[in-house]
Amino acid sequence: MGAMAKGLKPEDWLKVTPAGLYCAPGDFYVDPVRRVDRAVITHGHGDHARPGNKRVLATPETIEIMKTRFGEDAGRDLQDHSYGSTVSLDDVALRFVPAGHVLGSAQVVIEHAGQRVVVSGDYKRAPDPTCPPFEPIACDVFITEATFALPVFRHADAATEIAKVLAAQALFPERAVLVGAYGLGKCQRVIALLRQAGYDRPIWLHGAQRNLCDLYQRLGVDLGELRDVAETDKNALAGEIILAPPGALNDRWSRRLPDPLTAMASGWMRVRARARQRGVELPLVISDHADWDELTQTLKDVGAPEIWVTHGREEALVHWAESNGIRARALSLIGREDEDD
Amino acid sequence: MKAFAALLDRLVYTPGRNAKLRLMGDYFRRAPDPDRGWALTALAGGIDFPHAKAGAIRGLAMEQAGEELFRLSYDYVGDLAETCALLWQETGTADPPTLGEIVARLHGAGRAETPGLLASWLGHMDVTERWALLKLITGGLRVGVSARLARVALSEAFDTPVEEIEEVWHGLAPPYSALFAWLEGQAEKPDPGALPVFRPFMLAHPLADGVELEPSAWLVEWKWDGVRVQLVSRGGERRIYSRSGDDISATFPDVLEMMNFDGVVDGELLVRGPTGEAPFNDLQQRLNRKTVSKKMLAERPAFVRAYDLLMEAGSDLRDQPLTARRTRLAAFIERLDHPDLDLSESITVSEWAEVEALQAEARRLGREGLMLKRRDSAYEAGRVKGLWYKWKRDPLTADCVLLYAQRGHGKRSSYYSDFTFGAWRDGETGQELVPVGKAYFGFTDEELRALDKWVREHTLNRFGPVREVEKALVFEVAFDSIHMSSRHKSGIAMRFPRISRIRWDKPAAEAEALDMLLALAENDAPSHEIS
Repeated sequence: MGAMAKGLKPEDWLKVTPAGLYCAPGDFYVDPVRRVDRAVITHGHGDHARPGNKRVLATPETIEIMKTRFGEDAGRDLQDHSYGSTVSLDDVALRFVPAGHVLGSAQVVIEHAGQRVVVSGDYKRAPDPTCPPFEPIACDVFITEATFALPVFRHADAATEIAKVLAAQALFPERAVLVGAYGLGKCQRVIALLRQAGYDRPIWLHGAQRNLCDLYQRLGVDLGELRDVAETDKNALAGEIILAPPGALNDRWSRRLPDPLTAMASGWMRVRARARQRGVELPLVISDHADWDELTQTLKDVGAPEIWVTHGREEALVHWAESNGIRARALSLIGREDEDD
Repeated sequence: MKAFAALLDRLVYTPGRNAKLRLMGDYFRRAPDPDRGWALTALAGGIDFPHAKAGAIRGLAMEQAGEELFRLSYDYVGDLAETCALLWQETGTADPPTLGEIVARLHGAGRAETPGLLASWLGHMDVTERWALLKLITGGLRVGVSARLARVALSEAFDTPVEEIEEVWHGLAPPYSALFAWLEGQAEKPDPGALPVFRPFMLAHPLADGVELEPSAWLVEWKWDGVRVQLVSRGGERRIYSRSGDDISATFPDVLEMMNFDGVVDGELLVRGPTGEAPFNDLQQRLNRKTVSKKMLAERPAFVRAYDLLMEAGSDLRDQPLTARRTRLAAFIERLDHPDLDLSESITVSEWAEVEALQAEARRLGREGLMLKRRDSAYEAGRVKGLWYKWKRDPLTADCVLLYAQRGHGKRSSYYSDFTFGAWRDGETGQELVPVGKAYFGFTDEELRALDKWVREHTLNRFGPVREVEKALVFEVAFDSIHMSSRHKSGIAMRFPRISRIRWDKPAAEAEALDMLLALAENDAPSHEIS
């Protein structure tokens, strides 16, 4: 913060390039979409953390997640760095601050030439038993996502949504309750929420959910007893709760389950057409991204005079910011997608 | 309102018919009057609120979110009622009004006070209630429920034959308190008295393959290719009911005008062409219209060919044998002496081979097939075994190439089970396939599994739930008929298509040419269809 050195502006030293957001004075990219020499990774989701970078800087949890997902290809030199303490990269001071999105997710606070820019990555403000909460950091430029940046997106209280799963399970003891949830973060959050709601029976997993759940448990997130669907016969699953990746819900894999009741945990479930398109019988509005109220509240909390908007519904958030006296521009980063969230 | 909103919400996400019936039944048993009666009205066709329209909702939503954010939200969600419900800010948690109160207040409110009334409710509702309220007043719930299905739900919930419900239905008015009182055993069955109510149709079973009947016991007549209707005229009131018991009077003013009689006639509604009755496609132009233009009335005049007489001058003939009813019907038509009501003649046959010969002629004559009715049959509601049979003309078939496959619904949601197929035509760069129809039945479960596997292994492109496949699999498609249609890219529409055989053996290049299908069309000029 403070005086602007020699009239330098943040856009002079932090730029959008084909490989992603590049910080020249620190010579690093944040969440690059191509292989680079030095990458700073906000969190482990596939459109932010990619394999094959030479040097990687991320939180210890994100490094573990990348190792689990990419193995040898996670990066040649993996450097973990905990929340809060500052690291110097050439002319730049950098630190990680919790983003509340998934385990290990961080905002990257970059200070250079008397200015502070926060690259928030993906974030949410709602409580999540699997990761520390988002911390607002005052800054000159706040770079924000806009996945759910329309006033129609107001996520429900997650506990209410979890109660629907338990009610459905009680109502249909002869059916398997199949919950579609993104494999990193959402799956473990749904399990942790079920545990918070007092559900202590074993929870069943599609094979693709297993490794990251084990990692979460190793990193100290208690998920209770988890079992593999592959290791039991179909009839044993009536009345049980099963977590699967969204893509498996209506795929051949689900045919082995007894009359599955299909649920899906995602912020998109707020819109009926999206839920019906996926053939979902029980939509659960549980998201790891900020909803409209959280986005606008966050912009007020960080108090930045300027925001840059990355992926999602940029137009609406830019409109809101400008109507509220905040300079705003859409960054149009490539390689960011609406994940199944 | 909470229970009604929850019902609509569950109906939206529940694909199966039986599950929908159970949800509605539960609601009808539990909800109080008059809420459930208004819910029934809404599900069975809608409640009209003259002052609460889409414009009012749009205005409220814009006030809430601002014009720009409303526009972006509406673009994204695509449904006005849902957009408004989602973006509304809750202001308190006071008990929202009941469905009955909402209907009463809206019916009593003027144009000016309606938006304020809505706004005051919306703030105190949760998102599902807001959505239900806004859907209710914009009409068109789109929860996959027809009037008929709602009546079946009542029938199952209160263990009463649906025919009995249909019989009293049109004599009752929303919110149907007398209906529920009767269904719950607290009142007598409502008496339609002199009202022109619907009588449930008697229906036929398909004649099983190879069955031969003794011709002397059976009345044989053509199955005309129109729509089955019931004409009811009593005490100066006239109604035309469709097979599902819906009142379609407004669509056919020409038929209404003819109904200068006191009775109930069962017959086939047809339109007149240059040489007698026109093909079904011509009639289709007149269906499902709330109003009908003079031009349409002149170009496609409707008339009714009578099959049966259920009531005459207040006396119920349904217990009498068919032959007696037919004698009275013939005299009835002669007395009316109007060209727009004629008799479906019975055909005299002496042996079964003649019946077979007639059935073989049905297509050439433009008839849907034959009807066989026991001469001594009473007119009984529903599909009674052994009394009436229909023997449809044999279907046409064509070998078509699979183009696209779509995931099914409910239990079939993991299978690619809805198939779009095409025929060859000359394109700018040689032969090309153009879609000619879509079918999702006709195959066994085992064949479905094999088709699903084939689709997954031969996918070219994916568009959400749809896959484009290699043009390499041939279906023998059976269909009742083909009509010219400007609504389809190929220029034709198939009626009742189904997959009769999977031709694993046949090369796609040997599938049908579009020209061959065009030659089968029953009407010759592309018709202008307005939906």
